[in-house]
Amino acid sequence: MKTSMTPAMNCPASVSQSDTVMLAHGEGGRLMRRLILERIAWRFGAGDVQFHSDAACLGKLAGDVALTTDSYVVSPLFFPGGDIGTLAVHGTVNDLAMSGARPLFLTLSLILEEGLPLAMLDQVIESVAATAKACGVKIVAGDTKVVPHGAADGMFINTTGVGVYEFHQRMSAANIHPGDSLIISGPIARHGLAVLAARESIALSPSPRSDSAPLHRVAAELLETLGADLRTMRDATRGGVAAVLHEWAEESGHAMWVDGNCLPILPESRGVCELLGLDPLFVANEGTFVAAVAPHHVNQALAILQSHLTIGCPASIGCVRHRELSPVLISRGLGADQPLDEPPVAMLPRIC
Amino acid sequence: MKYLDEYRDRKTSRLLVEQIRRLATRPWVLMDVCGGQTHSLVRYGIEQELTGTVEMIHGPGCPVCVTSTELIDFAVALSQRPQTIVASFGDMIRVSGSGNSLLQARSRGGKLKIVYSPVDAVELARKNPELEVVFFAVGFETTAPATALAVFHADALGLSNFSLVAAHVRVLPAMETIMEMPDNRVQGFLAAGHVCSITGYEIYKPFVAKYQVPVVVTGFEPIDLLEGILRSVTMLEDSQVVVENCYGRGVQRMGNLFAQSLIDRVYETEDRDWRGFGKIAGGGYRLRSQYAGFDACKKFTGMFPQDSIAATECRGADVMSGRIRPKQCPAFGTTCTPESPLGAPMVSSEGACAAYHRFDSFAIEIR
Repeated sequence: MKTSMTPAMNCPASVSQSDTVMLAHGEGGRLMRRLILERIAWRFGAGDVQFHSDAACLGKLAGDVALTTDSYVVSPLFFPGGDIGTLAVHGTVNDLAMSGARPLFLTLSLILEEGLPLAMLDQVIESVAATAKACGVKIVAGDTKVVPHGAADGMFINTTGVGVYEFHQRMSAANIHPGDSLIISGPIARHGLAVLAARESIALSPSPRSDSAPLHRVAAELLETLGADLRTMRDATRGGVAAVLHEWAEESGHAMWVDGNCLPILPESRGVCELLGLDPLFVANEGTFVAAVAPHHVNQALAILQSHLTIGCPASIGCVRHRELSPVLISRGLGADQPLDEPPVAMLPRIC
Repeated sequence: MKYLDEYRDRKTSRLLVEQIRRLATRPWVLMDVCGGQTHSLVRYGIEQELTGTVEMIHGPGCPVCVTSTELIDFAVALSQRPQTIVASFGDMIRVSGSGNSLLQARSRGGKLKIVYSPVDAVELARKNPELEVVFFAVGFETTAPATALAVFHADALGLSNFSLVAAHVRVLPAMETIMEMPDNRVQGFLAAGHVCSITGYEIYKPFVAKYQVPVVVTGFEPIDLLEGILRSVTMLEDSQVVVENCYGRGVQRMGNLFAQSLIDRVYETEDRDWRGFGKIAGGGYRLRSQYAGFDACKKFTGMFPQDSIAATECRGADVMSGRIRPKQCPAFGTTCTPESPLGAPMVSSEGACAAYHRFDSFAIEIR
């Protein structure tokens, strides 16, 4: 499209004064270079890493290398407790952390919709930079594309993360044994409810806040302290805690049993779930994870979680059992075990 | 959490279960009218605990399940009309008519907006004068006042781009239909607490007198349900036939008079096709003639489907009238699952089949 004859594209000066993203920002010319240099790259001081070439040289890494990638398409872009920028960093950092790796580097790919206010882009980039700095990871490569109005929802982000394994054990549901305890790191359902309330403009007081947070430090301490007694861990993102338990049940061949009365949940989250008819076990989290640990290490694991996570309330929520019929079971109400279904197709409120 | 935990208390639940077991000299058959009650009964394991003492039949009180195929087809067609957007409550969008659901229609370019209040749909119309906004108004007497209010709002704003598909249904005519069925087994009703918060419970007196069945207005939490069942069993054992209110914190004798007046001003009753049940006399609400301008069925009359036929494999009506239990349906858990449902009771969060599929351990074997 570089041969386009529209006057706006031939006159960078006029375009550069625009306060929104334009297709010309993605055309590869001066505008694009300025957008990247003036609004994006300068915020990421990558230190020793060579930034201005087509590929970043990461140097030698001490240990086995972990690689993960994730795309972020959240709507709205900003919500109580975070934004698409914090998610794009925390999400990928947490994917590395949950696999047992120490996160080191991220890439940042932006797909911007024509018409996105540049101020909003700035805000997100600032958020990405601050979050990466707080996590101690470097943004070392990136890409920017602009798509026509209507072809994206404001902006999409993809981040790829590189880390190293500093410990021997690899997190896998295959490590889980019947008798192991299931632990949750904090109150559940906060992120999904925060985004839902923001998206649907549901006025709630207090309004739910996302739990978006990095988990690599607490994960490292658990790994170091518990060793092989930390069987596996997983952040309970899409599909919530129920999705994690179903994955583990399938991969391990055992049954996951949950005591419905032990689930940590903030009163405001519970209120919203009751009001809208949602099961908090199916609602997404972004800084809360489930861990399977050997039963004699439960208290130690809970103490580590308590010392790291600001909001508190880590809890032992159940245990691993031999599989009979149902892969995931929950005890609630009169106490009989019931199957816990896989997350439903969409989180939808009931009507009466 | 106040108003929740005390109604889910395990110890109190146990005491109530024991009381019901002690009291019953024979197995009784009760119908929980509302889908919300069905889900709590199955979710909290109450039904299981009362096996052999009380058989619960899960009635037709899931508005999504009984909405006719042709009204769903109509809403789907409207969602695909240029410059038109269909707004509805969440549950309704996943139920198919004779072809697509609204959700499937959206993936093929249909325009759909999930709202939490009907007034939000009016707001959508006000903000987008270039769009035609159609609200798919489903629900029993519980939601009818809110959609009536939406009509008032739209009228006051002078909106010409707002209309609704009035699919509201009335609970009492459906209960009468159940009692008129030749193979009816229902011996007592747990009336739907939320509906009664609007209608009150005086309206059940003629019904109780005519059909000689006790009716107990019942809530939705485990303790509410167990109290409702206990009162029903007590009455049945004593051959008492009256209306009682076990949901005092939500329901008054005469109900919510303001909400009733909203319904009366906007709607009138009409005979209505209930999915699986056929025509029920006085079974639905339609807009009164002075609000005909907001009636999507009149506004888009040419688009109303003429020959909607529902999939016949679904035996939802047999489930909702107590002829079979969800698990006795040959399609349950095999060709009919929440992911690919044959009928509405497997789709809606209040559908009996969906409740069994989610919460009943025996259902796992079938899966």
